[in-house]
Amino acid sequence: MRYRRRRLINLAAQALAVVCTIAVLTPLLLIFGYLLTKGVTSLNFDFFTQLPKPVGETGGGMANAIVGTMVLIGLASALGLPVGVLTGVYLAEFGYGRFGWAVRFCADVLNGVPSIVIGIFAYTLIVLPTKTFSAYAGGFALAVIMLPIVARTTEEMLRLVPTSLREASLALGIPSWRTTVSVVLRTARGGIVTGIMLAVARIAGETAPLLFTAFGNQFWHHGLSGPISSLPVQIFTYAISPFDDWHRQAWAGALILLSLILLTSLSVRFLTRGRFGAVR
Amino acid sequence: MANPSANPSNSPSVQLGWPLASTLTPQLRRRLNVGDLLFRGLTALFALVLIAIGGAIVAVLVYQSSESIQTFGWGFLVTSKWDPVFKEFGALPFIYGTIVSSFLALLQAVPLSIGTALFLSEMSPNWLRGPVSFLVELLATIPSVVYGLWGIFVLVPWVRTYVAPALSTTLGFLPFFQGPNYGVGMLTASIILAVMVIPYITSVAQEVFKAVPLPQREAALALGATKWEMVRLAVLPYGRTGLIGAIMLGLGRALGETMAVTMVIGNRADISLSLFAPGSTMASVIANEFSEATYELYVQALIEIGLVLLIVTVVVNICARLLVWSVAGPNAGTRGA
Repeated sequence: MRYRRRRLINLAAQALAVVCTIAVLTPLLLIFGYLLTKGVTSLNFDFFTQLPKPVGETGGGMANAIVGTMVLIGLASALGLPVGVLTGVYLAEFGYGRFGWAVRFCADVLNGVPSIVIGIFAYTLIVLPTKTFSAYAGGFALAVIMLPIVARTTEEMLRLVPTSLREASLALGIPSWRTTVSVVLRTARGGIVTGIMLAVARIAGETAPLLFTAFGNQFWHHGLSGPISSLPVQIFTYAISPFDDWHRQAWAGALILLSLILLTSLSVRFLTRGRFGAVR
Repeated sequence: MANPSANPSNSPSVQLGWPLASTLTPQLRRRLNVGDLLFRGLTALFALVLIAIGGAIVAVLVYQSSESIQTFGWGFLVTSKWDPVFKEFGALPFIYGTIVSSFLALLQAVPLSIGTALFLSEMSPNWLRGPVSFLVELLATIPSVVYGLWGIFVLVPWVRTYVAPALSTTLGFLPFFQGPNYGVGMLTASIILAVMVIPYITSVAQEVFKAVPLPQREAALALGATKWEMVRLAVLPYGRTGLIGAIMLGLGRALGETMAVTMVIGNRADISLSLFAPGSTMASVIANEFSEATYELYVQALIEIGLVLLIVTVVVNICARLLVWSVAGPNAGTRGA
């Protein structure tokens, strides 16, 4: 009798866990479903080639926002990647002391800082002195966001390189810095690229830090020291507007943005399948 | 300059005339390669940049809000009047909104996340584990603004027509479920937030469960425990600290989440017991008003809200990290979280 009761409770608990899992996956399916149905019907050729039309006119596209997002990601990578990768190298190779602990801790805390706060940081550091919203400010904000991610994944990837490889190199009389650069970094190259792509996927959809740094622009940007439009900000502006045609374009924009991000993270997954166990 | 023949490894330190070289014994000289020192210094410099950025964020926010801090003092945190026209600023409605929306979000997200993590780590057949945890992680790759878009056009009408009426008929005697229902508001924001933090809590909880030693489980099973009893007796108690850490990581995310919340919370600087009422969070008021702030003190007050938000999230994150590190080691939950 008691045994039956225990088995029933066991069954109920397991069923509950399954229900939880299904409940977690439902919103994912709903969001993807809506994006596909609403997004695909709103997509057309103009979307990729045209500038946004003024209020009241239908049609137009988000060509400038797509390019703007690429420019911002490029800027952020140029600023954030060198610092991030070298910090990761420091953590993996020399980061056993107290300073290494502090850097690791700081990176993890920085990773948890709300992106809107980083937006304020970039605003006061770049927009206030230059007195203009600019692509530089937006790129800087995104760089700060990607920095801790790149640093920590680089560290993890370098740690996966077998000690025997390092020892083999050192045994040949190669100084340890050459060992790090030519053996460890080369071996972990794929993993580091993985980390970088994950970071890019993360910043590609960031909106909050761009609201008052890159700001947005209904036209093509002129140089990097002026406001520049980006897909996430454009989606936000269109979504909260009262115009049906803009809502339609917001769905299309969201579909494109999510496709870009998924393409990046899925290709990472596919390329590194089985090779770097830690990468999911 | 030391005799080069004493240094068979021909280290570059001698060739470059490294100042220390002449004062060191050959053994030490061989260990101190100038290239190594330079390389270490270079990477340490970049690591220092990361720490400097962390410090600079705090310094900049404090400096840029100093006027507001001086004008309003501690009262800023407990005053509920937010009126830019009359230059009166109190952050209480936003602090309240942030706490309530995050708390409600955790209330929904924590049971679901722990259930999912348990399913994935203890019950799922092997072939299902990979695909399901991949799908859960996909939730984390959806950008906030896309959640917001979906929230505005799907979740808000859904809450307005189904969820809120159902709640007010069944639980309407509670003050939380009374009052007019617009669809946008605290309840909707908390649902979106819950969906957004679930992948983070789930993935860290999974790692925490993974850290429970196998003999612990085997011992429970050997005593005749069912699977659930094993989870309850061996897995959950062992992982308690780490689970709290995972939940706090999720809390840190929820507190700072901006776009999706801004798009569905209604953006009104009011404190209302009703969960149907529009509200505002610290992050959402910054997102909404920062680029429209027309005078210095207004901007300063918004930056001070940013500072409060920063301090709260940093404290929550530090606690979370320490808890998770203590259970699953310093490399747990770095990705995704």
